[in-house]
Amino acid sequence: MPTTPAIEAINLVKRFGDKVAVDDVSFVVPQGSVLGLLGPNGAGKTTIVRMMTTLSIPTSGTARVAGHDVIREPDAVRRSMGLTGQAATVDELLTGQENLRMIGRLYGLSSRDMKRIADELLQRFSLTDAADKVVKDYSGGMRRRLDLAVSLVAVPPVLFLDEPTTGLDPRSRLELWDVLRQLVRDGTTLLLTTQYLEEADRLADEIVVIDHGKVIAAGTALQLKDSSGQAALVVTVSHADDLPSAAELLRSHVSDVHVDESARQLTAPATGLSDMTRIASVFEGSTIEIDDLGLKRPSLDDVFLALTGHRAEADDTAAGTATDDSTEVSA
Amino acid sequence: MTTTAIPDFTISARPQIHPTSLWTQSLVLVRRNLTHIKRQPEMLMDVTIQPVMFVLLFAFVFGGSIQTANGNYREWLLPGIMGQTMTFASFVVAIGLNNDLQKGIIDRFRSLPISPSAVLVGRSLAGLLHSSIGVVVMALTGLIVGWRIRNGVGDAVLAFALLLLFGFAMIWLGIWVGSAMRSVEAVNGVMFTTMFPITFLANTFAPTESMGSWLRTIAEWNPISALVQSLRELWGNVPGPAPGASWPLRHAVPVSIGWSILLAAIFAPLAMRAYRRRTTD
Repeated sequence: MPTTPAIEAINLVKRFGDKVAVDDVSFVVPQGSVLGLLGPNGAGKTTIVRMMTTLSIPTSGTARVAGHDVIREPDAVRRSMGLTGQAATVDELLTGQENLRMIGRLYGLSSRDMKRIADELLQRFSLTDAADKVVKDYSGGMRRRLDLAVSLVAVPPVLFLDEPTTGLDPRSRLELWDVLRQLVRDGTTLLLTTQYLEEADRLADEIVVIDHGKVIAAGTALQLKDSSGQAALVVTVSHADDLPSAAELLRSHVSDVHVDESARQLTAPATGLSDMTRIASVFEGSTIEIDDLGLKRPSLDDVFLALTGHRAEADDTAAGTATDDSTEVSA
Repeated sequence: MTTTAIPDFTISARPQIHPTSLWTQSLVLVRRNLTHIKRQPEMLMDVTIQPVMFVLLFAFVFGGSIQTANGNYREWLLPGIMGQTMTFASFVVAIGLNNDLQKGIIDRFRSLPISPSAVLVGRSLAGLLHSSIGVVVMALTGLIVGWRIRNGVGDAVLAFALLLLFGFAMIWLGIWVGSAMRSVEAVNGVMFTTMFPITFLANTFAPTESMGSWLRTIAEWNPISALVQSLRELWGNVPGPAPGASWPLRHAVPVSIGWSILLAAIFAPLAMRAYRRRTTD
């Protein structure tokens, strides 16, 4: 029996006035897998998530979550999924415990289930000590974790996460990744949006790259890396003095040699392993000592640049230097 | 700062989701709003300290120079301040709803399998409760400064029911303003510049008899005046309508009911439309 995909986007279109925010987006997420929607700010990722979680009505096309149509059966969709939006969606004046219970009551969970799940989630997200603290006093990382915990109250089979680690410090980010991996291991299907290539690379089984509301590429991280941007041959020489002669030697065999003096590295486009063995024998026969010779695959960042002509991340600091976690309560 | 090792996570069993009724959902949300009050008791200042201050200010500062038909200004004043307190239920609801709309928690509620109206019903009931606390505080303050209920229990209860009915209409106004405005500051600005003068341009604090003829007509046709006149009559704080009173004040109780229904009928569709616009895209 073929299993129903956990999530399907079917020609989703969303227009706001004249502006097309989402332009004919389709993809399928098999049960138990992770899809990363990768794209820069304003690419339309959030709008896609809002349509898939019944918060926004598609202009045309539709989506299915756990086999339920978001337009025709919104309530069934809401019963099958959890959502952690970009903005904090927990109540600041309630405690962590009260937030979980309020949502549990709205789902109509029995009080036994609710207590059990609230305790499990609090423990899981290292919030047991902060359970009776008012959320206003939580750190950014704790708030994010509580937000995620609240999305899991009904233990939904499908979870949508809109930029789950934005604004988190690196440690909180790693912790969250860990949690997400375990959820997937337990059978949850994840759709997460991110502007961080690293995040998509680390977590997602499949990546859909979105730019200006359109799908511009899709595949595994490996496929994306292979399909665009060439691999590069990287030679690191042992002595900086050898760099000019090494460059000359390399240029006689391959074109487009780039010299990085500070790293004592020479880089040139390569087509495959044969290039590497050829160059290895060239250096073998010379007097130049080398530290390292390798083939470097393009990063997702390179892929994104090749696909869109611009970088995915607005600036280098975006990838997790925010530190709003200083008041972290530790167990 | 210690790094806590993350224990392996398995939710022992998926819980059963039971469909809940609109009533249950609304009560959960009322409870949420009551917890807010518990955490920030200063939220109640608008229905406690503020009206008590008004009672004291008007009763003791202006009271001496205001002549009322019953000859006891403090007793006459109390129903006026209760009417004002209930009118401000719109304020309470507008601020609360606007706050929620900006924080994204409405998105959380909308992503749950609950009725879309639950948020509004919950907010409204909480607003009504909030203002009712104010009415109780007012009644107690009133009893201290000399206000009395002089008629039967039936009339007294009817008066409180009229207050709640008017509050119900004001809640729709609150939902409308709260959904339409982009910030709490905007809600504050709009409500202060409209509702405040409206509650004064009535028989709340001073008898309309002493106003100029056209001003008196406007004040007596103010829905708040019919409400306040009803309260005064039902509690026996005035002998009856003042001589020369306009038609609404001569039939205060039915007119007050009519005004509440009419205002609800006007504001409810506006409120629903504004809320829907704000929450759907």
